[in-house]
Amino acid sequence: GQRQQVGRVPLYPGHIPTSPLQKALLAAGSACVALWDPYRHDMVAVLGETTGCLALPKLRDRMRNDPEGYRILQERPRIRLSTLDMARLRGLPDGTLGREYVRFLEDNKVSPDTRMPAKFVDDEELAYVIQRYREVHDLMHTLLGMPTNMLGEVVVKWFEAVQTGLPMCVLGAAFGPIRLNARKLQVLATELVPWAVRSGRNASCVLNVYYEQRWEQSVESLREEIGIFPPPAVRV
Amino acid sequence: MAAGLCPGRALLSRRGGALWALLGPARGLAAGPETHFGFQNVSEAERREKIYQVFENVAEKYDVMNDSMSLGIHRVWKDILVHKMNPSPGTLLVDVAGGTGDIAFRFLNYVRSVRERQLQQKLRHQQNLSWQEISKSYQEEKSNPLGDSQVVVCDINREMLKAGKQKAQHLGYSEGLSWVLGNAEELPFDDDKFDVYTIAFGIRNVTRIDLALQEAYRVLKPGGRFLCLEFSHVSNPLLSRLYDLYSFQVIPVLGEVIAGDWKSYQYLVESIRRFPPQEELKAMVEDAGFLRVDYQNLNSGIVAIHSGFKL
Repeated sequence: GQRQQVGRVPLYPGHIPTSPLQKALLAAGSACVALWDPYRHDMVAVLGETTGCLALPKLRDRMRNDPEGYRILQERPRIRLSTLDMARLRGLPDGTLGREYVRFLEDNKVSPDTRMPAKFVDDEELAYVIQRYREVHDLMHTLLGMPTNMLGEVVVKWFEAVQTGLPMCVLGAAFGPIRLNARKLQVLATELVPWAVRSGRNASCVLNVYYEQRWEQSVESLREEIGIFPPPAVRV
Repeated sequence: MAAGLCPGRALLSRRGGALWALLGPARGLAAGPETHFGFQNVSEAERREKIYQVFENVAEKYDVMNDSMSLGIHRVWKDILVHKMNPSPGTLLVDVAGGTGDIAFRFLNYVRSVRERQLQQKLRHQQNLSWQEISKSYQEEKSNPLGDSQVVVCDINREMLKAGKQKAQHLGYSEGLSWVLGNAEELPFDDDKFDVYTIAFGIRNVTRIDLALQEAYRVLKPGGRFLCLEFSHVSNPLLSRLYDLYSFQVIPVLGEVIAGDWKSYQYLVESIRRFPPQEELKAMVEDAGFLRVDYQNLNSGIVAIHSGFKL
C-alpha cells in the first residue's frame, strides 16, 4: 500500500522533512563523506543542519536578546551577489569592511552565492539562523584575516566552534587538522588556535552584527567593537 | 523526441507534436489527465517532465547508486533476466529504457559465449578436418563473434544514453550495439522487427504503461518475447515492513549523501509503491495481446520478471 514517509509538510522553500532516524543516518553519512572529501561542501552543510538542534535555538535566542540581532531576525537580510553592490564596495577605502570583504572574495575566488540553502532544519526561523551563519562565514574570514586554504578554514572553524557551539564546527575544528602537515600543525597549535579560542570567547556573538550596514566601518574598529583580538603575525 | 524521428506520426499523436504546441495556453486541462509522480498528483505532461529531470540528474551516478541501494544485488537480478531470456546468436534485441546499458552488455556477453561454445562444438564433431578448414573456422569466430546478434538500446533521456555510450566505450563494447533516442510509448521502429523486447526498471517511469505494452507488442516479430524486470510488491508482512523501512528511511539518505539528490531517490521509492502489483501487471500485459504471460518473483517480490509472447 501507499504510505506517506513522514507526516509533515515543508515549512519553507527547499525544506525536506525528515524523521529522527533519517537525521541520524544523514548525520553519520555526511560526517563520513565530509571527512573523506572536504570539498563536498553540501555534506558539511547537511552535517551542520542535522546536528544543530541544540545549538541553533541557543543561537537564535542570543540574537533575539540583542537589539541588532533582533533586527536581523526581523528583517532577514541575505548576502548574495544580487543584493550586494560590488562596485560600491570595491570603491570604498582600503581597510574598510566592504573593501576588504570584496578583496577576500576576489583573492580566494569565492562567491557568497555558493552557500547551500537549509534543507533539514525543521523550523523556519532556525533555518534562517543557520543560513545567516553560512553567509556570514566569509565575513569571518575577512575579520579574522584567514584565507580559504585548509589551515585558514580550520582556524575559522575553531573560532566558530567557540562562538556558536554548532557540533559541525566542533567536528570540523577537531578533525580538520588531520589533513595538515607537521609545520602547519605546529603553527596551528602554538599560535592560531589559542588566539582563535581567546577571540571567540572574548567576542560578542558574531551573528548579532548587521554587517550590511557597516561596510564603511574599518575592519580594525569592527574587530575592537566585537572583541576579536588582532591576528598573530604568521603566514597562513 | 519520438515525434521528431517519425514525422509522419507527429500530427496524429495524441500527446506530442505540433498540434499541442499550437493549443498553448488553451491547453489548461488538456495538459493531460491527472496522474501521479510518486505520492504527488500531477498532470501527465508534468509527470513526463519531472521524470525526465530525475533521470537527467541521476544519470552520472546511476550505477553507483544502484549498487549502493541494492547492495549490488541489482546485478544478480539483471543476470537472471538475461539467463531467462537465453538468447541464441542471431537474436535481435531491443532494450527499452535501457539507459546505461546494463542489459545490453549482459546480452552481448551471453551471445558471445554461446557462439564460442557453438563453434567449439562444431569443431569437436568434425574430427577429420584439414588445417585449412580449421583455420577458416577460427576466422569465422573472429569475424563474427556475436553470430549476427544485435541489441538496440532505446531511451527517452539523452543524459542516460550519453552515460551508456561512455560506459560502452570504457568497457570495450562496440559491435552489435546501437543507441537510439526514443519514447517507450511511441517507439521509432517498424512493426514486427525484434525477437526480444526487454524493459528493466524502466516501465515504472512510463506514464502510459498500456501504450508502452502496445508498442512492445507492435515492434516484436510473431513468436517474439516480451520481458519486463521491475520492482513489485512484497506480500510477506514482516519482509514488507523491513523493506518499507529501508526504502523510506535509508534510500533517500543514500541519495543525498552519495549523489547530493534527496528528491530523485524519494521519487524512486514512492514510484515503486505506486506501481501495479504482479497480478495487475500480468493482466495489463495480456491486454496488450501477449499470450502465455507469466511472472517470476525474485527476493520474495521485491522484484518480478514478467514474460509474454506474441503468438
